[in-house]
Amino acid sequence: METTVIKPRKTFSLKDVRELWQYKELLYFFSWRDLKVRYKQTSIGIAWAIFQPFITMVIFSIFFGSLAKVPSDGVPYPIFVYVGLLFWQFFSTALSDTSNTLISNQSIITKVYFPRLILPISSVMTKFVDFLIATLILIGLMFYYGYMPHLSGLLILPLLLIITFMASTGLGLFLASINVKYRDVRYALPFFVQIMLFLTPVIYPASIAGKYSYLLALNPMTGVIQSARAAILGATPINWLLIIISLVVTFILMIFGIYIFKKTERYFADII
Amino acid sequence: MNSSKPIIEVKNIGKKYNITHQKGSYIALRDVLMNVIKSPFSFLKTKVKQVAGFEKKEDFWALKDVSFDVKKGEVVGIIGANGAGKSTLLKILSQITPPTTGEIILRGRVGSLLEVGTGFHPELTGRENIFLNGAILGMKKKEIAKKFDEIVEFADIGKFLDTPVKYYSSGMYVRLAFSVAAHMEPDILIIDEVLAVGDAEFQKKCLGKMEEITKGEGRTILFVSHNLEAIERLCDQCILLRNGEIIKSGRAGEVINHYLNNERNLSSVIEYTSKPNTEAQITKISILDKNKKPSAQLPINDEFFIAIEYGVFREMKKATLCISIFSEGNMLLNSSAADKEAKLENYSPGKYASIITIPPSLFNVGYYYLNISLQKPFIEHIDTKENILFEILNVNNPRSEIFNNQILGKIAIPLNYDTKRLT
Repeated sequence: METTVIKPRKTFSLKDVRELWQYKELLYFFSWRDLKVRYKQTSIGIAWAIFQPFITMVIFSIFFGSLAKVPSDGVPYPIFVYVGLLFWQFFSTALSDTSNTLISNQSIITKVYFPRLILPISSVMTKFVDFLIATLILIGLMFYYGYMPHLSGLLILPLLLIITFMASTGLGLFLASINVKYRDVRYALPFFVQIMLFLTPVIYPASIAGKYSYLLALNPMTGVIQSARAAILGATPINWLLIIISLVVTFILMIFGIYIFKKTERYFADII
Repeated sequence: MNSSKPIIEVKNIGKKYNITHQKGSYIALRDVLMNVIKSPFSFLKTKVKQVAGFEKKEDFWALKDVSFDVKKGEVVGIIGANGAGKSTLLKILSQITPPTTGEIILRGRVGSLLEVGTGFHPELTGRENIFLNGAILGMKKKEIAKKFDEIVEFADIGKFLDTPVKYYSSGMYVRLAFSVAAHMEPDILIIDEVLAVGDAEFQKKCLGKMEEITKGEGRTILFVSHNLEAIERLCDQCILLRNGEIIKSGRAGEVINHYLNNERNLSSVIEYTSKPNTEAQITKISILDKNKKPSAQLPINDEFFIAIEYGVFREMKKATLCISIFSEGNMLLNSSAADKEAKLENYSPGKYASIITIPPSLFNVGYYYLNISLQKPFIEHIDTKENILFEILNVNNPRSEIFNNQILGKIAIPLNYDTKRLT
């Protein structure tokens, strides 16, 4: 028989992980709800997930690729920028969604118990579906420009996805926690994301920063995007050091995010 | 299974709120930063005091040292005036907020229902919402699928099953929501005031379903309600809370009588502290007798007034003030809005006061509840104050003499009997 003991909470215990597993169906339902709801009452529906990155890619290719002649490691600019955009949009949209997830689900949080971690995780999952859909364009581009992915390169893609997943969740958990108390996050975040786009080698190669490129490496998305280009397009050899730096930074972000989230979690329902 | 142990053990539960947390709904980081820049030293001082624990914080104990046991299969009602701590207790039992002190042991699967339709999404269809809401309430997908037909049948929504619920009438919406909740099968069910929704007929159906659940299937239920009739009908045991403490517990009938005789909160003037970040707020509600003197006990033959003061902080468009009056059995007797010509007003920021006149003899002798809300109809309840009690007294009641001071019914307006002798 299930027994529940309710008492003043500790910050983190192993029980939380088990509980998360028990509630996996709810995780699925939240993701399903977000996907369903997002494209209801739109006429082209899920095609938006393709449309947005595609148009962005076209605009960037015209202005940065053709007009400004931004270097692209010898790869055609559209496909170069698209790989960057693909990962960047996954990261940035997941981050924005995660930060607002507690506020937007406020009515549920104050009425029903479930492990709160489910909400941010389901936001990231939803964005992952968008990512998968947008990948179709990449495949099309690769056919068009005649690129064959390297098999060994494809093997590190899951690792890159895990890093992106953890980076957006970690930072998102932190922002979601402070957003409960300080709504400023909602206003500051879009601005922050925009700035970050330029501090990440999405529209330009990291090599452009010359001897300062190691500073860019502290941004975990630098490692992800550089390595994705290396793996998919073979533009440069895979830089393992870069991946390890990203992994470490992400790991720290994740631990920090979870810690802050768990620490403030118990007051969400009281102050939200 | 160890049946000798109580299924719910509540031991010395206390819940402390920090008043500063309670007041503002949220703080802007900007304000905090401005404080730091304007007066860095005093900011440091208060921070240090806070950390060192010297600062005198205003604590408020919503619950103090609450302990009780519930045996398997018992149905326990929790009653008390507004602010007695009922909802806080349920929130702790449902794990929405943790207690500050004490411990609760729940032996069995817990389902809590603090609201019907939690998580319903207007864009999703009835079918989709059944699954979503079920999952939020803690049901497994398989379970929901198994009960699906039963849920649909009880909700009586028929052909609208695949229509988004935003097109539902409010009655249909509530029926569907309650139906999902009623088909949860936890060992312990925690329910807050959910029967206060829907029309009278549906309320009856819900009560019937509740009885079926409690009596038939031997489930343990904790039930909070203002509907004393429902509590008396459903519960064996009852707990009376006042100011966060248990005042009396025992057999339902006795506790309810004690409450009716001693605890009724007949305050004629209620003031509310303001929350700065809301759009508008009700600040004061007074019940005034025919001479405009505050009193919540009113002679049946006199007119009386309900005076409501409210502040509008940001321009409030297409809004109205509404009052509804309920009888003790939670039946809605009357509702009205400030829009005499059936149109909504725009309120510019400022203070407002409305006085509502209740004509003489509208209500019969007894207790009544007022709900007052500032709302944008069908869009948003900006502020709501519920369960404000008043009593109609059997004074100078010329009609009641014939029937030994008792006339039946809730509406007491004298009807005109025009009688002629024909032969």
